[in-house]
Amino acid sequence: MNDSDNIHTGAHDSVDLVTMILSAIADVAPELEPELADLDHDVDFWTELQLDSMDHLSVMTRLADQTGVEIAERDYPRLTTVAALRDFLAENRS
Amino acid sequence: MSDTDTFDYAMPSLGADMDEGRVIEWRIAPGDTVHRGDLIAVVETEKSDIDIEIWHDGIVEEFLVDVGQLVDVGTPIARLRAVGAGAETAPVTARPHESGPAAPASAPASLRQPAPAPASTPDDRVPASPLARRLAAEQGIDLHAVSGSGPGGAVTEADVVASASAQAGGGAEAPEAVPAAPPAGPRRSADTMRSLIAERMTTANREIPHYYLSRDLDVGALEGWLAERNESRPIAERILPAACFIRAVALAAARHRELNGFWIGDRFEPAESVNVAMAISLRRGGLVTPHIERADERSLDEVMAALGELVTAARTGNLRASWMTGATITITHLGDSGADLVHGVISPPQVALVGFGRSRDRAWVVDGEVVVRPVVTTTLAADHRATDGAVGSRFVATLAQHIDHPEDLL
Repeated sequence: MNDSDNIHTGAHDSVDLVTMILSAIADVAPELEPELADLDHDVDFWTELQLDSMDHLSVMTRLADQTGVEIAERDYPRLTTVAALRDFLAENRS
Repeated sequence: MSDTDTFDYAMPSLGADMDEGRVIEWRIAPGDTVHRGDLIAVVETEKSDIDIEIWHDGIVEEFLVDVGQLVDVGTPIARLRAVGAGAETAPVTARPHESGPAAPASAPASLRQPAPAPASTPDDRVPASPLARRLAAEQGIDLHAVSGSGPGGAVTEADVVASASAQAGGGAEAPEAVPAAPPAGPRRSADTMRSLIAERMTTANREIPHYYLSRDLDVGALEGWLAERNESRPIAERILPAACFIRAVALAAARHRELNGFWIGDRFEPAESVNVAMAISLRRGGLVTPHIERADERSLDEVMAALGELVTAARTGNLRASWMTGATITITHLGDSGADLVHGVISPPQVALVGFGRSRDRAWVVDGEVVVRPVVTTTLAADHRATDGAVGSRFVATLAQHIDHPEDLL
């Protein structure tokens, strides 16, 4: 968030989306919050953080609510990393 | 002391591993009128922060403990004035300012009073089912002290069992033989939760002669049906397989009542309703088993919503006290953690626990052809004192039938 030049660019959106994704995870699993800052955005975080199917649904529901993006079940398998989720939300956000 | 217009609300016992707790937030204020079922405070326990409910209508007179003050279970924490004809139904109470060893562990549903009951209505004035009445007599429980969850506030046998279990040191999942925790111990560490689970499970394994049955379930129909259904629904209305398992177990338990109830003393007492508990693991260790009341009578959507609520509450520390007592059968679903099969330990005084493993693709024979199908292994752990394998086997068959016909789970 030191990119003050990028306020109106996609980079800023990406930072917003990452923040949104991480806070959705923190909402669902508050005890994981300390770990989130160090979370590698390219690992399967559902497995890494031991999130279960109910956590998964809760995180996806929050993200869908906040972005207005419909996330279909068939998209789930490729949305396993923070980076993939960020890109998916960015592409589909109106 | 015998001011029957007022009653005290005591720190409830919210599980076998709780012997003290602290109010961390009041949701009421002196002068407020409260109604049965209202959330009145948030209580911090070792496991979780739990929203506690009031079980009788009343007007809040005063708080008897400070926010943040650690008190023993059974310690009066708030004084209320009964409203209207409330004297008839107002719970009799622990003596004001009495605390410590003499106060029995109190379930949210049971503001217990040491016998003899003071001036109040005789037992026959308390609406209760005959079975509840008999159980209460056997267990030496004052029906006045039990909050009824039945029609018109009638005390059911599940209420009595919950109250008895709480008195014995825990919630419905607590074995009666677990020794009561010391009345005034040091604040528990997380390790203590582990040792309490160890103690409870040891008791369960020692006292319950378990038998186990298992069956592989082809969940292809279920998964296909869910995928199709979820496709056309907004994300918040999607259904997880776990909700289907809960419904299937609830329907099977409703049909095979011998597995839905409690082993008390030396006999099985069937429960009137089917309250399905779900084992939910806590990431910081341990687990909780809140239940979905009357899951057999609810729609799949309702069960899914209830499940979401329970899991979120368990994980964020907002469990409601009423979810923690009165379960009649328990499910453990290890599907997400990677295990194929679980042979569970029954939570006394229940007599059955149903396990579900993960869904994995397996070679499966359909009409003489080998095909690939997603398969989940379900297991039944049942109390051999209460039932024999034949009953358990019929239960498992019914369960399989429901999984094969997911549309019936709606």
